[in-house]
Order: sequence, then C-alpha cells, then structure tokens
Amino acid sequence: MEYFLQQLINGLTLGAIYGLIAIGYTMVYGIIGMINFAHGEIYMIGAFIALIAFLVLGILGITWLPLALLLVLLAAMVFTAFYGWTLERIAYRPLRGSPRLAALISAIGMSIFLQNYVQLLQGARVKPLQPVIPGGVVLMEGAISVRFNYIQMMIIATTVVLMAIFSLIIAKTAMGRAQRACQQDQTMSALVGINVDRTISMTFVIGATLAAVAGMMVTLYYGVIDFFIGFLAGIKAFTAAVVGGIGSLPGAMLGGLLIGLIEVFWSAYFTIEYKDVAAFSILILVLMFRPTGLLGKPEIEKV
Amino acid sequence: MLSITGVHTFYGSIEALRGVDLEVKAGDIVSLIGANGAGKSTLLMTVCGKPRAARGRIVFDGEDITAKPTHEIIASGIAQSPEGRRIFPRMSVLENLQIGATTADSAYFDRDLERVYDLFPILKERSNQRGGTLSGGEQQMLAIGRALMSRPRLLLLDEPSLGLAPKVVQQIFKTIKEINEEQGVTVFLVEQNAYHALKLAHRAYVMVTGRISLSGTGSDLLANPEVRAAYLEGGH
Repeated sequence: MEYFLQQLINGLTLGAIYGLIAIGYTMVYGIIGMINFAHGEIYMIGAFIALIAFLVLGILGITWLPLALLLVLLAAMVFTAFYGWTLERIAYRPLRGSPRLAALISAIGMSIFLQNYVQLLQGARVKPLQPVIPGGVVLMEGAISVRFNYIQMMIIATTVVLMAIFSLIIAKTAMGRAQRACQQDQTMSALVGINVDRTISMTFVIGATLAAVAGMMVTLYYGVIDFFIGFLAGIKAFTAAVVGGIGSLPGAMLGGLLIGLIEVFWSAYFTIEYKDVAAFSILILVLMFRPTGLLGKPEIEKV
Repeated sequence: MLSITGVHTFYGSIEALRGVDLEVKAGDIVSLIGANGAGKSTLLMTVCGKPRAARGRIVFDGEDITAKPTHEIIASGIAQSPEGRRIFPRMSVLENLQIGATTADSAYFDRDLERVYDLFPILKERSNQRGGTLSGGEQQMLAIGRALMSRPRLLLLDEPSLGLAPKVVQQIFKTIKEINEEQGVTVFLVEQNAYHALKLAHRAYVMVTGRISLSGTGSDLLANPEVRAAYLEGGH
C-alpha cells in the first residue's frame, strides 16, 4: 500500500509535466492541423533557460527562494515564448497553405536544428543543478515511508493552477474565443475580423509558455538536463495528446496524467527498462478501440 | 461606397471572375443574381480578400482595399454572411454573436446584442445552444446577426434564402429591408431567388460565367424579358 501510494505521487508529478507539454501539441494541432514536432525541443530550451536563470540569480546573489523561483519562472516563460513565436514565424508560417507533409518536414528539421543549436552553445554534457527545493513531508512512516516532496507538491500545484487559468482563458476571453473560432473555421474567423495569423502565433506562444514551465519543473525535479531531453519527453507528451484525443485540451491533461502514471507504475511493478514500451503500447491500445482518443470527438457535426 | 473595377479572380487555374465592374451606392440594396457557378459568391469573397483579386481594383469608401488583409477589410466596415452560413458549430449562439463583434467597439455590445435579438427573437431563446444544433433558418438568422454585430456600413449577404421554407424566406427578406431602411446599412445581396432579390433591390446586376451581363434598377430587371425568361419563369 505504501509503495503504491509513493508511486502514485511520483506518477502524478510526471503526468503533470507531460500534461503541460501535451497542451502545446494539442493546441497547435487543433488550430493548424499539424504536429509541431519541434515542441519537445521548445520544452528542452525552457529547461535550459531555467537552468541559466538559476545560475545568473546565484551570481547576482538573489537567494530568497520564492523570489528566485518566480524570477526563473518568468524568465523561462518569456524567453521560451519568444522561441515558440520565432519557430512559427520562420518554419511554419511561410508554409501555410502548402501540403501538410511540407510543414511536417519543416517541423522535424527545426527539431534537429534546435537540438544541435543547444548542443553547440551549451555542450553535449549533462548539466547538473543542485537541489533547490529539498525536503518534503513524510505521509506514512514504515518499512517503506511515503514521502511527498516539496518539489512534487510544487509541480502538481503549479500545473493545476496553470491549467485552470489556461482553461479559463480559452473558455471566457476574447482571445480564447478567437482561438476556438480559428480551430473551427479559419476563413470565417477572418471574415469576422479575427487576425488569424496573430491568433496562430499566440497559440505557439501559449504552448511554449506551458512547455517552459514543464522544462523548469524538470530541471528542479531531476536536477540534470541535456540537449536531448526534448526528444523523448516530446514523443511522450505527443502520445499523451493523442491518447487524450488530439485537439482536446482536457484530453491532453488527462492523457498526460495517464502516460505519467503508466510509466511510473510499470517501472515500479515490472521492469524499468520497458517503461517507454508500456507508455507507447497504451497509445496503440487506445487507438485500436477509440481512434479519436479518450476525449476526442469524431469530426462529424450536424450542420 | 463600394466600387469594383475589372476584377479577375482565380481558383488555381480556373478563372472564376473575368473582369467584373460593379458599383454599390451608400444606402442602397444592391442585388446580384445569376445561375449556380456564375461567380456570385466568389465576388463577395473577393471583396473580403478571400481569395484575393488577381487583377482589378476594389475601392471601399475611397480606400483601395484590393490588397488589404481580410481582418482589416472587416475592420473598415464590411461584414459578410457567407455562402453556407458558416456558423461556428461548437460555439453557443451567444458566442457566435460575440465573435461577430470582434472588430466593434465593446461599448456598443449590449445595445447591438439587444438589436439582433429584436430582429431575431428566436436567437435569444437559443442563446446558450450550440450553433451546430440550430435549424437552417435559425443558422441563417444567426449568420446575419453575427454580421450585424460588427456594426458594418456595408453588409454582404450570400444567398440568405437558400434552403429555407417559403415563410422563413419572406421573413428574412423583410428583415433585410428593415436593416437597410431603419438602420441605414447598405446591403449587397447575392441571390438565386431572383424575384425577391429584384423586388427588394434599388439596383441590380445579372452575372453570367464570371461577367456582369446586365444591370439596371430592380424593377427594370424584373420587367426585362431576358431576365424573366432566364431567372423568373418556370420554377420560380
């Protein structure tokens, strides 16, 4: 039981991170119908910016933790958003209206480029960060104690808050309405006066911002990052988005949680070497029985 | 108010408009009639820059809008209720109307909403229902209402009577007249229902395969034997 609870906490933490990244995939797919395969790299860049920000703050002597975390979070979000915006501008916008395959190739190209760009600038070695938020609460003492670390609490709480804010933005604000309009009918969106290009840019910015938060959390959680972390995390989050139903925001959150839990429980009870196989097998299973994902809707609408 | 000169529009290599000249005067209802595939809808869409005119000029209120982005054309005071209505199916009726007001000053929103609900009371009843679940007639009303929410000076209506029951058609045309006379909105109407469209129009044009073949006042064209033979007798 204790073991199970501990794994549940670990799984929720990992799932929260996947969920944050998955939103970027699902939003971009919803609005322009393409998989942004460079999104994993955007997350990786978010992690690097967070790491650099921590080091800069250390040099500046800002060590009061809440302030430092806030500043790092802001820096990661702002700079990563800029990367997301630039990515759309140079790699996808010029290809608008061309076949999907062209945009897909461009996405894979950007993914490879960004990996090498970071490798060149930061080196290929693993970058460590000393534990910033140590400690935690012991929920259950015993042969196996159940620990809920502060960093895990922070990851889960931040994710819940961000997703709530984000869902509100999409449901209630004019910008969110424009996003949904562009998902449903871009020509008509332009005909009511929505700047479609700007709305698409905003989608990339929001997706990158959430990925940056995920990147920062991972830096804090694992304490090591390298230029290649975006690849697997990206594919996992993409899997999460598809499992949840690509294009569906609650689906991305649910999918992320599910993939995180499966991965952790598989590692805990079966073999850690096959945890990725388990995660991807779920994808196959879901697609076999629900091709539109768990919360995805079939594309049929009564008109 | 709107003047179109020598406009050519292509879909790929197909020339849908082959040099269209047309004039819409402020305060008028102008009708454009013609057979299926003549290019009527393409003309309305070209005015909004989707697709863009390959040649020719479109001037709105003295300003050349031929090369402007669509959202700026809309912001300058043109609204369209397009072919097929294109209601946002997964948004509520209210949200569809809110999105129609994208370019309008938000200070007018409540008043404009009230005005649309007065014109189409059924929309008020259905305000929380998803757009995709409305009937054809209700969707048409919503499409017109959505266009009005941007406070346009020029309203482009594409086949507002298509697929609707005769009674609803009557109502729609009555409302178009109201919008024009009471709210002072200039209307450019594309219709296959030639009788109603000509009766309503101050000025009318006939389009045949991408060109304007005839023009005159609405009553001129109603009396014109060619128009009667081609568009009014038999079937209508």
